[in-house]
Amino acid sequence: MSSDAITIPGVGLQENPWVDTLHQWITTVDHKRLGILYIVYALVFLLLGGVEAAIIRIQLMHSHNDFVSPQVFNRMFTMHGTTMIFFVAMPILFGFANYLVPLMIGARDMAFPRLNAFSFWLSAFGGLLLYFSFLGGSGLYGAGNAPDVGWWAYAPLTARAFSQGHSSDYWTLALLVSGFGSIGTSINIVATILCLRCPGMKLNRMPLLAWLNLVMSGMVLIVITPLSAAQLMLLVDRYLGGHFFDAQAGGSAVLWMHFFWIFGHPEVYVLIIPCFAFMSEIIPVFSRKPIFGYPVMVAATVCIGFVSMSVWAHHMFTVGMNSYANSFFAITSMLVGIPTGIKIFNWIGTMWGGRIRFTTAMLFSVAFLFQFLISGLTGIMLASAPFDWQLSLSYFVVAHFHYVIVGGILFAIFAAFYYWYPKMTGRMLSERLGKWHFWLFVIGFHMTFDVMHVPGLLGMPRRIYTYEPGRGWDTLNLIVSIGAFIQAIAILVFLWNLVSSYFTGTKAGNDPWDAWTLEWSTSSPPPPYNFRTVPVVESRRPLWDLKHPEDPDSQYE
Amino acid sequence: MACLIIAESAIFTIFVIAYLFYIGKSLTGPTPRQVLETPIFFTICLLSSSLTIHYAGKFLQRGERRAFLSLWSLTILLGALFLFGTGREWHRLIYERSLTISTNLFGTTYYSLVGLHALHVTAGVIMLSIVAIFSFSGRVGIEHSRRVEVLSLYWHFVDAVWVVVFTVVYLLGR
Repeated sequence: MSSDAITIPGVGLQENPWVDTLHQWITTVDHKRLGILYIVYALVFLLLGGVEAAIIRIQLMHSHNDFVSPQVFNRMFTMHGTTMIFFVAMPILFGFANYLVPLMIGARDMAFPRLNAFSFWLSAFGGLLLYFSFLGGSGLYGAGNAPDVGWWAYAPLTARAFSQGHSSDYWTLALLVSGFGSIGTSINIVATILCLRCPGMKLNRMPLLAWLNLVMSGMVLIVITPLSAAQLMLLVDRYLGGHFFDAQAGGSAVLWMHFFWIFGHPEVYVLIIPCFAFMSEIIPVFSRKPIFGYPVMVAATVCIGFVSMSVWAHHMFTVGMNSYANSFFAITSMLVGIPTGIKIFNWIGTMWGGRIRFTTAMLFSVAFLFQFLISGLTGIMLASAPFDWQLSLSYFVVAHFHYVIVGGILFAIFAAFYYWYPKMTGRMLSERLGKWHFWLFVIGFHMTFDVMHVPGLLGMPRRIYTYEPGRGWDTLNLIVSIGAFIQAIAILVFLWNLVSSYFTGTKAGNDPWDAWTLEWSTSSPPPPYNFRTVPVVESRRPLWDLKHPEDPDSQYE
Repeated sequence: MACLIIAESAIFTIFVIAYLFYIGKSLTGPTPRQVLETPIFFTICLLSSSLTIHYAGKFLQRGERRAFLSLWSLTILLGALFLFGTGREWHRLIYERSLTISTNLFGTTYYSLVGLHALHVTAGVIMLSIVAIFSFSGRVGIEHSRRVEVLSLYWHFVDAVWVVVFTVVYLLGR
């Protein structure tokens, strides 16, 4: 990209190129660079969170293991959960949204480029703050280091008396800061989509990715903020002696649960909706068919957005709400299955009768469909309150939500990597390594998380650091742990693929997949201004129109 | 700005819910009925500042900079008066009634809700003052009127929140 510009002789740029490049990256306000920064940053945290997961799995490999102490185990699952949700999944999806939304709607940048950079650095320092707790968490007391209160941080575990030192404060502040970053980015995405679409890009011609990110950003505005508010209250409690969650002064621990899950459940949809967006772009391209039921897809997404706001207390069936609340939240939770089912139906409808090309991206997409369906089914099982009373806080729940987050979100993110990496770097990812990555990961994933349902059904509670022999959990846990290590190898293959393909991959060209959306009409990687002339769009598949002037989509809309 | 307002509304909603949830749940005194006095004068100040900022914006649109500047300054003055009122009330509560944020649940929820709102008013006054400084040096013209409108939207929002906070704290809460 800029290599042509730098070769001008006698310009100071060449004297210290890496410092200069670094400076450019740090001070950038370009949405593409910020998108890549988000993604790289998330990959670093993916490794950290992965190491924590590995420690958890080594500890649980057999009964009475003493690989780590109970205290360290608590820190590991807290940090693993917090890292993976807030500092891997969120930034990676924001990164893709940042990179793709302006390109797809024919804009030259986001609506507020500086706000964009500010939001990224807020998130980045939020992550650093969380991990700094390993060093600074013990504070003056010498008690504890990393947060160890679980990623829900239920009261009263976070009260001063039970969480001394500063580990919980680092947790609170990290989430508060990165939450503000998320809000900034969401405002940016909404403003970009509403104000910067290119001529002819009516809302009903917008790529589904833009639509779904619009819904996601709208949700972030409403759901991240309750978390921020709750964190502020927690800070008031911890530093100013407030009593929000202090049961001894009449405060309510259940209120924290409500506040946390008002954020916590819609958060799952905040994460999965961008993944739906990836699927809605990737599946049509590799099935060689336009998306099936575009308006229904949009409607279903908006519907999911609304319904998901009213399901949070299904995380709290065991708290002891009255039966009306239980029934309400059970019914709304099951309702989410309807629009989600519509979406899965439409993706399959898109594939039906298409000429499917099984590239790595498509393989991950198909696996996504299958696994997301299963995780949805266990979700419906858990949505019924009596069943949940039996299995809440067991490994069945752990298996369920990892099925969603790994089997759904992570697989979709991998598909997105294989699909858009050529656009971001100008080189293709190696398909050979990609197939290795896919099959290792699928095998490892199913070994771990299919099997993990069983100890849950047998009554193994989550968050225990070890267990007694003779309960029938040993072999199962060993299989789960082996699967986790196969996944770890697959991730390393993937990272190696990212790095090696950057230097040796085949050149991609503008449009390696013969796709239809606007980002493929510009060079790979795109120039800083994205489009030389602002594109004009006449249908949902502008590149199809360009490639097939004899039979454009615009005739049929 | 509309998005920011949505996000901010969610934050306030959570604090208001916490306040409502904890009404009458304090284990020890003082209770709101014993100590709170309705700040009618300062409420009128804040609410009327919405009017002044609205007309200030209208004047700016028509390019009448002097009228804009005087109404804009009046808005800042009213906002500052409101903050003074909150400060005086807090001073009275802390020193005469010995109600602090850690006294009881009422203290915790009252100070954090009213304080969160006061924080937003403070931020608003600072932003308004920056615009005022720029316009004193003659740099705010008709071409900035849309940006000024955005700021005034924020100010209206802060006022609207006060209506809710006032209702909850001084009417329902007693």
